[in-house]
Amino acid sequence: MMGVREKIMPVQQEISFKAFEMGLAVKSNDPVNGEYRKLVLDAPAGLLARCRAGQFFHLLCPQSGGETPYLRRPMSIYGFYPQSGELHFLYKVTGAGTRALAALSSGERLNVLGPLGVPFTIADHWQDLVLVARGVGLATLAPLALEAQRLGRRLTAICSARHPDYLMSTGYFADLGADVITLTDAEGTSDPDNLERVIEGLVAAGRADAFYTCGSNRMLRLLQTIGARHGIPGQIALEQQMACGIGMCHCCVRPFNRGDKQVHLRVCREGPVFDMMEAIAW
Amino acid sequence: MVDLSVDIAGLKLKNPIMPASGTFSEELAEIFDLERLGAHVTKTITRGWRDGNPTPRVCEVGGSMLNSIGIPSKGVGAFLEKVVPFYRRYETPLVVSISGNTADEFATLCSEVSVEGVAAIEVNISCPNIEEDGKAFAIRPSSTYDVMRRLRAATDLPLWAKLTPNTGETPEVARAAEEGGADALVVANTILSMAIDIRSRRPKLGNLMGGLSGPSLKPIALRMAYQCARATGIPVIGCGGISTVEDVIEYLIAGATAVQVGTATFIHPTAMIAIIDGLEAWLADEGLAGVRDLIGTVIDGEQDEAVVFMEAAP
Repeated sequence: MMGVREKIMPVQQEISFKAFEMGLAVKSNDPVNGEYRKLVLDAPAGLLARCRAGQFFHLLCPQSGGETPYLRRPMSIYGFYPQSGELHFLYKVTGAGTRALAALSSGERLNVLGPLGVPFTIADHWQDLVLVARGVGLATLAPLALEAQRLGRRLTAICSARHPDYLMSTGYFADLGADVITLTDAEGTSDPDNLERVIEGLVAAGRADAFYTCGSNRMLRLLQTIGARHGIPGQIALEQQMACGIGMCHCCVRPFNRGDKQVHLRVCREGPVFDMMEAIAW
Repeated sequence: MVDLSVDIAGLKLKNPIMPASGTFSEELAEIFDLERLGAHVTKTITRGWRDGNPTPRVCEVGGSMLNSIGIPSKGVGAFLEKVVPFYRRYETPLVVSISGNTADEFATLCSEVSVEGVAAIEVNISCPNIEEDGKAFAIRPSSTYDVMRRLRAATDLPLWAKLTPNTGETPEVARAAEEGGADALVVANTILSMAIDIRSRRPKLGNLMGGLSGPSLKPIALRMAYQCARATGIPVIGCGGISTVEDVIEYLIAGATAVQVGTATFIHPTAMIAIIDGLEAWLADEGLAGVRDLIGTVIDGEQDEAVVFMEAAP
């Protein structure tokens, strides 16, 4: 009977809509320190309910102030709050797209496409998570802290920056119950040797079941070395210049080691979160 | 009720809006209902596996973009196994875009993709022909005719020849494609371009040069679509810089029977849906019964052939 039943079931699965293009009103768009700004958008609960840590939105930066960005700009989600209806992005002004974003005022609308991409995952047996990030990379990892807290996992956040003034989200991580370790160039604590000592200390204390990182080549190399040494897995969120953001154009590929082969994967579609051990430093 | 349907050499489309190859894939089904489109056009595939070009593969230039993706392809086997079956759930006709480095390889692939579920084959003859010093088949009328003859013999499905703007002989190439057996012309592919970062002095694309697409390409591709419609008796599918319904109307007036929307989908993934709705509303407002009442209605007077087919600046 099961065989007959299976035959009359539709062969092809229904495709559900996963990403949405919509104009969202700006609630606020203010500097958080000398380098970074936080953009808060008013977003419908249905959209926020689909967001996951590590995913990104593709932003259609406005053509304003003499800037004419053409392609959308991918930006990782800094925070999503279905209860308050807010979607947060943390960004540094570096080019035409982010300069145009910085010019947005409250009440104006920003066209967003998302949520897109593969999110971070936290395996059931990963009880002690270690998050390692520098600069704006902390933005991408911030929602992971929220997820870790929701799942009742212990989290150590190692936050690195040029100067203590540029350390971001340390209060945010601490409020979520994370142990926060800060390392800065100004204090001479952010060098790879010291970072390795700090992480080895966590490994020795049994506080490192998995690593999460993004953005920095140096940190990737170090975490891969430590990961290989102790058999600790990890995930990395990567960036690449994008056009479509949904997998059509194949412009955002990066090389990865998979088995004994090197493969090219799309950062927008197979990523932006990848297996840390497969990632290739650039 | 406005009739949006058009006929491309016997293939009936419910509306004249379809994606341009390379700017469309199964992933778009996660954003809107692909059944709304006039046709589905897949990204160009090659017979064998291709890795594609080095990054950066795109850059933006004053309201348009350059790309040099390099036709990464998983090969014909994976395509027939994964991609063609995906589109079988739709009634919308599936158009498969193919490319080959030699006429032989091209013809073999053409026959291999002539399977159930494929309504037409778009032959991307704008790609480099390694037997002709890397010059694209569609740069010259003779190589266009030769490759089209081979492709014509390889399939019974409708053949759409995708032409390149990188030629000084648009009408001659269009006629050669028609004589070689093309059922329709897709006009056109991207135009070879370059951009350099003035600070690093490096080209902005990993492959040094790439194809321009987006609004800046439109006047060039529109001119070609007009010339091809005048030069041949087969349907022309306009392609190049279309992002609004007004762009579509302009192509239809110039003589295109249908259009392909490409780069605009990167900016607004739902651009094609907005265009279909906008076209219906515009035709109704104008009191036109359908798209067919618009095609080729350009008022170009009694122009001399030499003016119509001019390739150099006046």
